[in-house]
Amino acid sequence: MTEQKPLIKEFTKGIIKENPVLCLVLGTCPTLAVTTGVSSALGMGIAATAVLVCSNSVISLLRKLIPQKVRIPAYITIIASFVTIVQMLIKAYAPALNDALGVYLPLIVVNCIILGRAEMFASKNGIAASALDGLGMGIGFTAALFIMGSIREILGAGSWLGLKIPFLCDDPILIFILPPGGFFVFGMLMALANKLNSKNTKDNTRIGCSACPMNEKCSHQSGKECQQ
Amino acid sequence: MSITQLVGIFLAAILTENYVLCKFFGICPFLGVSKKLDTALGMSCAVTFVMVLSTAATWPIYTYILVPNELEYLQTLVFILVIAGLVQLVEIILKKYIPTLYNALGIYLPLITTNCAVLGVTMLVLDKGAENPNFGYIASLVNALGAGIGFLVAMVMFAGVRERLETADIPESLKGLPITLVSASLVACSFLGFNGIVDKLLP
Repeated sequence: MTEQKPLIKEFTKGIIKENPVLCLVLGTCPTLAVTTGVSSALGMGIAATAVLVCSNSVISLLRKLIPQKVRIPAYITIIASFVTIVQMLIKAYAPALNDALGVYLPLIVVNCIILGRAEMFASKNGIAASALDGLGMGIGFTAALFIMGSIREILGAGSWLGLKIPFLCDDPILIFILPPGGFFVFGMLMALANKLNSKNTKDNTRIGCSACPMNEKCSHQSGKECQQ
Repeated sequence: MSITQLVGIFLAAILTENYVLCKFFGICPFLGVSKKLDTALGMSCAVTFVMVLSTAATWPIYTYILVPNELEYLQTLVFILVIAGLVQLVEIILKKYIPTLYNALGIYLPLITTNCAVLGVTMLVLDKGAENPNFGYIASLVNALGAGIGFLVAMVMFAGVRERLETADIPESLKGLPITLVSASLVACSFLGFNGIVDKLLP
């Protein structure tokens, strides 16, 4: 591959500048669903990171073998295999986490971050860059989940990672661990990210085409905003 | 399963277990396609259609092929491929035989393969079936239909809310997605109010 510097860039860009959740707005469903507590948020982040790194590497290795026309089904099959492996591992070694994540664990298959990175990055780059890109994106995803999980657990349950916080745990604001709280915290975090990013980019507040799960099949691709 | 129970499942899937606002399935289309009422309607009809169809296909596959052969762990892999294949098939059939429906739903169909609501429904009905043996094929189909209609209700309601947002005066950093999420939070609040209603209504 190329020099050392760009490789590090592939790794770090996913964490802050192109954070998949807060900036690219990918993978919103698990972000909202599993962040009721810190532990399930971390578990989801780690599981998704593992799948992302493995699928990115394999897709990058196979990128010249997979015919262009059937690439999406091929990617989905690869991703689904890794999800199944991760699912079986979690079932065997962390059954409590398996119960906490429930149906959202197999749903990593349709997490747009993973298919999105496969399509946008791994299908065009070498294995080292793809694996690092997957790792960076995965850590960015985990970090966003962790922040959201912390906010929601502290405010909504008065605890952090199961540890009770004095005063807060007597009378927690229950709504934060209910669905409306999820939407609200996510909106506020995104507003914060917008505020911090506002100097660099202007179009960040809109749903870019890259956020759309079927970006590649969309005919109105403009690069900026969905025209639908 | 009596009719009352089926109606209960149907209503519960729409109101108390709303897939978008209570379970967070299908947030991407919910945020992406709910800007206008007609696109929201088209998308939700296509989702409902695919949900029922894929549940109709995956339930027998799981129960009669995977379980007897002890292949339950292949669930994820098989389901996503079945859904992807089914969506393609529906697209081809509609294009050939019912072009009017294809023109109305066509552009939304490819989007649905990666909609987690569809995969979520097919898996959740099996979880429910594992807990309660009475929850069979018909109940699963009714549940899938209810989930689709629930998606439609949430989308249409939210499209109305978003049309109002267009003219509202919003702080700079909240413009775009953040304010959309905050309004989604308020809409989700209203759905919390339905908790318990269905159980009381149909004992």
